[in-house]
Amino acid sequence: MPNSKYLIFLGCAIPYRVSAYELSARKVLSKLGVELVEMPEFNCCGLPLDPVSHETMLILAARNIALAEQQGLNILTLCPGCAGTLKKVNKILKEDKALKEQINGHLKESGLEVKGTIEAKHLLQVLKDDVGVDNIKKAVVKPLTMLKVAEHNGCHILRPKEYIGFDDPEDPQTLKTLVEATGATCLDYMDETECCGAPSVGVSDKVALQLARDKLSHVKQVDAQALITICPFCHIMYDTNELRIEKMFQEAYGIPILHYPQLLGLALGMTPEELAFNELRVSTKKLLEQFNEGAK
Amino acid sequence: MAENASTIKDTTKDPIKASELDPKFKYKIMKMHGGEKLLKCFQCGTCTSDCPVARYSDSYRPRTLLHMARLGLKDRVLKSDTLWLCAACFTCTDRCPQGVEVASVIRVLRNLAAEEGIVPQVFKDQCASVLESGYAYKIPDLRLRKREPLGLPPLPKGDPESIKKSLKGVSFMKHVENKGESDAKQ
Ligand code: SF4
Ligand code: SF4
Repeated sequence: MPNSKYLIFLGCAIPYRVSAYELSARKVLSKLGVELVEMPEFNCCGLPLDPVSHETMLILAARNIALAEQQGLNILTLCPGCAGTLKKVNKILKEDKALKEQINGHLKESGLEVKGTIEAKHLLQVLKDDVGVDNIKKAVVKPLTMLKVAEHNGCHILRPKEYIGFDDPEDPQTLKTLVEATGATCLDYMDETECCGAPSVGVSDKVALQLARDKLSHVKQVDAQALITICPFCHIMYDTNELRIEKMFQEAYGIPILHYPQLLGLALGMTPEELAFNELRVSTKKLLEQFNEGAK
Repeated sequence: MAENASTIKDTTKDPIKASELDPKFKYKIMKMHGGEKLLKCFQCGTCTSDCPVARYSDSYRPRTLLHMARLGLKDRVLKSDTLWLCAACFTCTDRCPQGVEVASVIRVLRNLAAEEGIVPQVFKDQCASVLESGYAYKIPDLRLRKREPLGLPPLPKGDPESIKKSLKGVSFMKHVENKGESDAKQ
């Protein structure tokens, strides 16, 4: 198994509300030989503040990059928003010397400086490039052949293409391949790459929930037993709001929303308790029954 | 907190008076990072037809916003509540045949609105929270206490003093720092 080492960048949303994602990701990565070093200091990646001040976003992102450079380690994030922001800012600052100088001017008083020596990657990229799909398949002890699921990539892992440069935003394959590496079947469905709507919550719940509802109904139409996410915001959008959406639109979905490392963890032989399945809002009882039946 | 989309005031359909046009507005946008390609827009409508938010909103239209910005309808654009509906999904950016970076232009418009103090409360709160702890959300104590029993390492500490130093001179900060004062005056 390869040994790679990353600074883990948790971001804000995961410690705020999504510990099941963090917990399952840490366990799975450790089993697959990826070593995580805790981020020494921290600040928000900057993305949430980009709408009000691009300059603030650049400075916040640059601070994190500079802190990681002091450690001499690349960054691994679980949140595509954080990964996208750090990647984008890293690229912009590497290419735009004048902007880099301006931003470094802001960091100087705290003794920080961006030099451009590290990279930021999302969990998915590390699994694909460092661990490798073949090694994941080799590590599987309980193939999930009994499960048919759907995946949801979310926007910031793919777009804008020019800055992210990961997979094909119009027909992404990485998450599908990683889902299938567990032995599960990954189903196609309508509007797979569509936004979950999370950023519009708070400005208009109605717009946001309608987007989430469409996703759930398309996933339901292909009879997926679960929806697999890799983003804390997408997860909150579907898992936390599914009951609300069911009530609002008088519809029943009952689709469990799993973080990808939870699915992978099952295939690697970990128990649902170890993978914090109890933190999920939508019941996973039926899914786990199917899993237990199939694993016998 | 949440507003129904249909109750948001839509100013895009009011008749236009020549006196409200600011001919220099487009240049201001184009000088900002991400707004450079505004004039490349040839109004094909790809952004609007592919926008997931436009599908569920009566008034949010990225193409219209760009056209209004270009015409110089500064106040209408910056005061439009629908400006804040964009989910920043970047679908429009990736599909615009003219390479306009539509979502970035919309972000520039929001930044300009924010400079004038037009900011939804949720963003002010997040900014204040970053200054206080480094995190955009206030992590509940319960979550912090649960980390150890779950087997999770302690959260990294933010360094608010250092963050404040780095953000000195950023003009948006005045809206966050003066928050207490302006609340008191009301
Ligand atoms: S897709 Fe591009 S060119 Fe077409 S209307 Fe939108 S911004 Fe203009
Ligand atoms: S980035 Fe905003 S304007 Fe563009 S498609 Fe997404 S929601 Fe619509």
